[in-house]
Amino acid sequence: MSEDRAEMSEDGGESSSPSSATKPRGCDVSGGGDYLSPSADQVLDNVLDNVLLFLTSRRDRNAASLVSKSWWRAEALTREELFIGNCYAVSPRRVTERFRRVRAVTLKGKPRFADFNLMPPNWGAHFAPWVAAMGHRYRALEKLCLKRMRVKDEDLELLARSFPCFKELVLVCCDGFGTSGLAMVASKCRQLRVLDLTEDDVIDDEVDWISCFPEGETSLESLIFDCVDCLIDFEALEQLVTRSPSLKKLRLNRYVNIGQLYRLMIQAPQLTHLGTGSFSPSEIVAQGDQEPDYVSAFAACRSLVCLSGFREITSDYLPAIYPVCANLTSLNFSYANISAEQLIPVIRHCHKLQILWVLDSVCDEGLHAVAATCKDLRELRVFPVDAREDGEAPVSDVGLLAISEGCSKLQSILYFCQRMTNAAVIAMSKNCPDIVVFRLCIMGRHQPDHITDEPMDEGFGAIVKNCKKLTRLAVSGLLTDRAFSYIGQYGKLVRTLSVAFAGNSDMGLKYVLEGCPRLQKLEIRDSPFGDSALHSGLHHYYNMRFLWMSSCKLTRQGCKEIAQRLPRLVVEVINGSEEDEMEDDFFDVLYMYRSLEGPRADAPRFVTIL
Amino acid sequence: METQIMSCESDDLNLKATELRLGLPGTDPALEKQSSNKRALSEIDSCSDAKNGEQDRRAPPAKGQVVGWPPVRSYRKNCLQQKKSETDGSGMYVKVSMDGAPYLRKIDLKVYQSYLDLLKALQNMFKCTIGVYTEREGYNGSDYAPTYEDKEGDWMLVGDVPWEMFVTSCKRLRIMKGSEAKGLGCL
Repeated sequence: MSEDRAEMSEDGGESSSPSSATKPRGCDVSGGGDYLSPSADQVLDNVLDNVLLFLTSRRDRNAASLVSKSWWRAEALTREELFIGNCYAVSPRRVTERFRRVRAVTLKGKPRFADFNLMPPNWGAHFAPWVAAMGHRYRALEKLCLKRMRVKDEDLELLARSFPCFKELVLVCCDGFGTSGLAMVASKCRQLRVLDLTEDDVIDDEVDWISCFPEGETSLESLIFDCVDCLIDFEALEQLVTRSPSLKKLRLNRYVNIGQLYRLMIQAPQLTHLGTGSFSPSEIVAQGDQEPDYVSAFAACRSLVCLSGFREITSDYLPAIYPVCANLTSLNFSYANISAEQLIPVIRHCHKLQILWVLDSVCDEGLHAVAATCKDLRELRVFPVDAREDGEAPVSDVGLLAISEGCSKLQSILYFCQRMTNAAVIAMSKNCPDIVVFRLCIMGRHQPDHITDEPMDEGFGAIVKNCKKLTRLAVSGLLTDRAFSYIGQYGKLVRTLSVAFAGNSDMGLKYVLEGCPRLQKLEIRDSPFGDSALHSGLHHYYNMRFLWMSSCKLTRQGCKEIAQRLPRLVVEVINGSEEDEMEDDFFDVLYMYRSLEGPRADAPRFVTIL
Repeated sequence: METQIMSCESDDLNLKATELRLGLPGTDPALEKQSSNKRALSEIDSCSDAKNGEQDRRAPPAKGQVVGWPPVRSYRKNCLQQKKSETDGSGMYVKVSMDGAPYLRKIDLKVYQSYLDLLKALQNMFKCTIGVYTEREGYNGSDYAPTYEDKEGDWMLVGDVPWEMFVTSCKRLRIMKGSEAKGLGCL
């Protein structure tokens, strides 16, 4: 049981290695004499329960649960929100036995690098055993958030049947289900407030799930289905929106054209978040055709703060959004291939913008315009239109520099480019001291500073040194071990680090593993780090959520040694493609994570657990 | 700024650069493409010791790109792809006219990967020489210049915008006589 307590604690510097038995310290009130009767215990427990109810942060709760047995028990009974960062770190049974009154669960499955086809799709992270266990024990469940899980239609059906109070379903980057599963949720979850589907891979079973919502007024507040790439019955959607007075967030898929969008908007002027679907008409509109007054429709949405969508944009219609620009805090143009000329008239109204996602089609010039207007910008993401190594990318160090000079409050950046300089990155490190997330992807592998031809070490070094709040870092370009020495030296708060095609030797990885005490998630690909480097992290792996290393210099023996030294670590070696037999020594991916459960029973053939 | 056409020409010959290898940094022939003399070679050489022999057993996949790089999710890539293919249903056919030719042709833009591809095909189809594009001069010096009408109805010189942008905005093509095209070429 003491091991449970140590393992369940997420992050935090306090987590001990599971082998150390934590004796319950705490006030053993009844141990003294007969004077303190059991009722005093009960009073204390009651007080504790009531106080603990106010504790919402899971880190605080983890700490509280380590105080004593009674605190552990009280905390377990009062925890309502459960966060499980790795679905294989703990079993459904163990979780449901410890925490009895859970109302909200967040569950994460596959590692992030799996998104990039680095391992076969059937790796695992099945939702089925979880929904079965929770259906049994958590009848009062209201909220569920899943990320990178394999969710089947049957699972959704079981979910819909098992939880009468179910209110919020959020699925991010999940797959395995289709419109039939959605239909189950729509029809059976009568109290549904939130149905958010983001970047899921949804199978088109040709079931009209929108029509499956029950008749009469719904409690829907959020309906996000832009990733559901299936035809929908527009009339059914229109009626649904009409009878959902609480609807605040609506994100449509690309099968809704702008004329249909108009009809929805006039039914729901109370929207705060809108995803426009395809921002073009269904057929060619000739000059002089009578078109709806899109500008008025947008103007009527006085509460609109977040705009996204614009799939298949016909830029002629962009001016329709001018009325809402001044209020926007979040704008997502990352599916809209628009130029600087098209962006500028929009962005110069967006004084309150905090979050902006764009494609690099807006060029450095567009980013200049952003920097000039969006002084409150906190998060910027620039995605590539042409996601190839040797493609053209019209954004560069110039755009990055402009942003750094204009947007001093920047906290989070994701920037894809082909050309970068250390100078621009260093400038950003100084101009934007609040940066928490810095992810720079120079798309050509091993690309140096394009002006000085030097490695990008100094740029990234400046980021870790000057951005004192940095917790997440993704590096790219030509990098030597020196870059990693900087990260180890200065990146004391770094929790997530992503590395690709970087470093010279084992020293690179050693610097990081020895220097970054808060490191939780480390994902590395195609870098020359070997067994000796892997070994240098032994003191830290129990504190981490996972380590991913693919196409590095590891050997099976080296990984096996880790598995032997750390019994509570699950060490998976994975083949990159399903057809290949697991050869003796060769593997593509090492994925290892701490777990209370030992090797999982559902590992497919291409996975070997050492 | 390098134009796509010029870089494509060198790609055509430099097959090694597009070969997928699981070799480690420093053994990557793509490095040789860039100016290698200024970089800190010593640091790079240190990792070009034995290629991991085990990794070499793997045959590189057929594609010329590395798996999963750059790290953009397929979902996002597919969304941008969709727009292209949806434009005309199953293809992106545009009419092509050439000054002096008796009748028009139609081509499917989706079939081509780059400007170089397209221009080669046009030259073949119409038995003409189009020449080399430069940002400054356009197609100056050649017999013909390829132009296109974009979504806004303007006539543009082929080659100015990134390929992807061109493909989504091109409505029809016209191969103009060199003398007439001069007006477009120099601004």
